[in-house]
Amino acid sequence: MTRPELLRVQGITKAYPGVVANSDVTFSVGEGEIHALLGENGAGKSTLVKMIYGLVRPDSGSMTLRGAGYQPSKPAEARRLGVAMVFQHFSLFEALNVAENVALGMENPPPMRELAAKIRAVSEEYGLPLDPSRMVGDLSAGERQRVEIIRCLLQDPELLIMDEPTSVLTPQEVEILFRTLRQLSSEGTAILYISHKLEEIRSLCDEATILRRGKVVATCTPRERTAREMAELMVGQALKTPERRLGAKGEVALGVSDLSVDSPIPFGTSLKGISFTVAKGEVLGIAGVAGNGQDELLLALSGELKSAPDRVRILSQPVGDLGPVERRRAGLVAAPEDRYGHAAAPDMSLVENAFLTAGVRKGLTKNGFVDWAGTRKFAEEIIAAYDVRTPGPDVAARALSGGNLQKFLMGRELMQGASVIVINQPTWGVDAAAAAQIRQSILDRAGEGAAVVVISQDLDELLEVSDSFAVLNEGRLTKPRTTEGLTMDEIGLMMGGAHGMEVAHHVPA
Amino acid sequence: MFRLEKRPTPSKFWLYATPPVAVILTMIAGGILFAAMGKNPFEVIRTIFWDPIFGEFAFYLRGQLLVKAGPLILIAIGLALGFRAGIWNIGAEGQYIMGAIVGAGVGLAVFPTESRWIFPVMVVAGAFGGWAWAMIPAILKTRFNTNEILVSLMLVYVAETILAKASTGFLKNPEGMGFPGSRNFSSYPAAQNAELIAGSGLHWGGVAALVTGVLAYILLTRHQAGFQIKLAGQAPRAARFHGVNPARLVVMCMGISGALAGLAGLFEVTGPAGQISIDFNTGYGFTAIIVAFLGRLNPLGIVLAGFLMALTYVGGEMAATNLGLPDAAIQVFQGMLLFFLLAVDVLTNYRFRLAVGAH
Repeated sequence: MTRPELLRVQGITKAYPGVVANSDVTFSVGEGEIHALLGENGAGKSTLVKMIYGLVRPDSGSMTLRGAGYQPSKPAEARRLGVAMVFQHFSLFEALNVAENVALGMENPPPMRELAAKIRAVSEEYGLPLDPSRMVGDLSAGERQRVEIIRCLLQDPELLIMDEPTSVLTPQEVEILFRTLRQLSSEGTAILYISHKLEEIRSLCDEATILRRGKVVATCTPRERTAREMAELMVGQALKTPERRLGAKGEVALGVSDLSVDSPIPFGTSLKGISFTVAKGEVLGIAGVAGNGQDELLLALSGELKSAPDRVRILSQPVGDLGPVERRRAGLVAAPEDRYGHAAAPDMSLVENAFLTAGVRKGLTKNGFVDWAGTRKFAEEIIAAYDVRTPGPDVAARALSGGNLQKFLMGRELMQGASVIVINQPTWGVDAAAAAQIRQSILDRAGEGAAVVVISQDLDELLEVSDSFAVLNEGRLTKPRTTEGLTMDEIGLMMGGAHGMEVAHHVPA
Repeated sequence: MFRLEKRPTPSKFWLYATPPVAVILTMIAGGILFAAMGKNPFEVIRTIFWDPIFGEFAFYLRGQLLVKAGPLILIAIGLALGFRAGIWNIGAEGQYIMGAIVGAGVGLAVFPTESRWIFPVMVVAGAFGGWAWAMIPAILKTRFNTNEILVSLMLVYVAETILAKASTGFLKNPEGMGFPGSRNFSSYPAAQNAELIAGSGLHWGGVAALVTGVLAYILLTRHQAGFQIKLAGQAPRAARFHGVNPARLVVMCMGISGALAGLAGLFEVTGPAGQISIDFNTGYGFTAIIVAFLGRLNPLGIVLAGFLMALTYVGGEMAATNLGLPDAAIQVFQGMLLFFLLAVDVLTNYRFRLAVGAH
C-alpha cells in the first residue's frame, strides 16, 4: 500500500564537536504510517528527531512537510505545523495534577473544567485511562506517559514522534499503548517510533529506517524481517548469545528477610517487607517498571541505606546495620544505575574511580594512605579486560561515552572477586555488543560461584541471564520463581498488569 | 555571538593560568578605578605590588609580608579542605577570634608563672577555641540540617561581641589604668610568640602555616581522607556509595578549619597583635576565603596566594598612607581579585565558541 508522503527528510547532516550525529540522512514517512527509527544508543536517532521537532537545527540538508519546505526554528512552530513529540524523559510537575500539567504545555489553555473534560474525552476515545484531577506525583511511569501522549493528542497532530516509549511500561501497558497508536494510525496520524526493541517494531511498525553511527544503513519492512536480521543491521556485526556455564547451586550467599526501609529519595518508593535468598552460582533477576523501588533496593543492599542487622545477611553474617565499606569487606559489591554521580564521580579520573569501590577488597590502602600505583594497575586491568575505549586511565570519567564508562564500572565490580554481586541496570545505554559482553561476564562470575542479583527493566536481558525471577512492584517483591518456562503474560501479571486500569472508562473497539 | 561549551576534561592550562590572568585583569581594572579617583594608576600599582618587595622600605615590609601571610595561609588551608568537600565555613573570622580569646585566656590565667610549657598549652587551647566555635555550625548542620554558611557567618558577630566583652571585662589588664585591652604578651615571655629570627617577621604562626600547607597537600593527594573530601565535594552520592559518612565529614572538615583558624588567632594575639583588644580582628578570616580560591583550593597554591594577598595588604597600607588612597578602595581592589578569579575560572571547565548561525 502506498501512502501520500507526509514528511520527507533529505540529506540531513548534523555535527557536534568531535562527533557527527547525523550524516546525509534521508527517509520519508507517509500519512498514517507507523515508521520506526531503529538504532543503537548513540546511532543518532535522538538528534534526528530533535531536528524534526525544531529543537536542533541541521547543519545541512532539507525537510518537507506535505510537500512544503519545513524548517522549524522552535518546537512551538513544529507543533503549529502538526508535529508533536513524546519524550523519553517526561517534563511534568509532580506537585500539580494532570490537567494543570497539560495546561502548562499549551499556549492558550482553555478554562480548567473544559480542559479536564477534553482530557477525559480524549482518554476515552483512545483507550488511555487517565483521571485529569490526579496528582502527577502519585502516577506510575506508564500513567505519566499517558499525560504526555494526551497532551500531544489535544493538538490533533499529523505526525507524532515517540522516543523509546515502552522502556517504562509493563507488557500490558505496552499493549494498551500499541492499540492507541494503531488507532491513531488508522485515523491518518503518522507516527515516528524510536526504539531499539526489535520485537515491538516488528509487531507495530509499517516501515523502518535503520541508523548506525549517524548514517542510514537500511530501510526495511519490519514484518518481513526477523529480529535477528534487524539486530545485525543495527549493530553491523553478528551477535553472540551469552553462554551459560552450569555450576551447581551452592549454599545461600545473600539472604534478605522482611526488609522494609523508607526511601531517602523525594517521591521515592519505600521498600515493604522484601524477602529473598540467592545461592552461590545463582543469578536472581529482579524486574519492574522504573520507580518501583529499584534504586532503594540497591541502596539497601549496598549499605547506603541501613536496616536492622539480621535483615540482610552476607554468607550468613548479619550486615543490615553496616555501611558500604564493611559490606564490601564481608563480600558484597554493588553497581548502582546512575553512572554519572553515583556509581562514578564524573570529574575524577578512571584511576580515582577505580579506588572508589575497589579500595577495600583490593587492599589499596596502607595505614590510610592510598596505594595509587596499585590502583592504577587495577584500573589498567579493567580497561584491558573489558575493552574500555579510553586514551588512558587518567582521563576523567565523564570524557568516556556512556557505554564505555559502564563497561569500566561493571569491570570494577566484577573483578573484585566478590561472593555477592548486586547490579542495577547492567546494560542501560550500552550498545548491543558491549551489552552481550557484560551479560557474559555476569554469567561467568555466577559460574565461578558468585551469587548475583540483577535489577533491570529490560525483560529480555533478565530472561537471558537469570536463574530465578522476581518483580519489584510499588516497593514489594514477588516470590522469586524459576525463570525457565516463564511466559510474557505471567511476567506481566507479576508486574501488576497495567497500572491505573481502575479508572478505565473505555470500551475496547 | 559567543557561547560557552563544556570541555570534555578540565583544561590543565587554564587551571594554572587562571590566577596570573586574574591578577593582571585586577591590575587593569584597579588601575582604571584609581585613575578615576584622580591617582596615577601606575604609581598605585607599583606601590602595592613592587615597593613592598623591592622598594625603599622593603627591609621592613618583607617581614610584614610574612606576618600577614601566615594567618591567611593557615586559615585558608583549613577552609580549602572544607570547600573541597562542599562544606562552606564562612565564619573563620569568628573561630579566629575565639581561638585568640581561649588561648590568651589560658596564658593570662597563669600570669605571671614562668614555664616552658605555657606557650604550647596556649597553642592547644587556641586550636580548641576555634574548633569548639566551628562545632556549633557543624553539629547544627548534622543534627538539624541548618545551613552552615549562615550559622558560621552569624557566629562571627557573636564572637566579636565576646571579644569586646573580653577586652573591656574579663580579660582586661588590671594594670591597664582603665583602658580596654588585655595584658600585652610582649611583657610575658613564657606566653609570647616572639619572632624566631629578629627582623624576619617569621614567628611560630608562619612555621605552622608552611608545615600545614605541606601536610594538607599530602592529605589531599595521598590519604584516603583527602580522597573522600574531594569525592564528597564533586559527587556527594558517589561519596556515600564509597562509604563516606556525610555527618562525620562535616564534623571533620569544620573541626580542622576551625582549629586552624583558632591557631592563627592564638599566634596573632601572642605575637604581632600582642594583646586582646576590641579591634583585634582585621578580617583575616574573610580574606582567607579569597586566598583559598586564589590558590585553587590547593594547599601549595594557597601558600603562594597567601603571599600575594599579603602583598595587597602591605602595599595597600603603603598606598593609603603615601598616596592618600582610602581603605575602601584597597578593599574593592582585593574584591576584584576574587571576582576576576572566579570569572576567568570558567575557562577551566568551559571554552568559548563562536556560534555560527545562532539566533
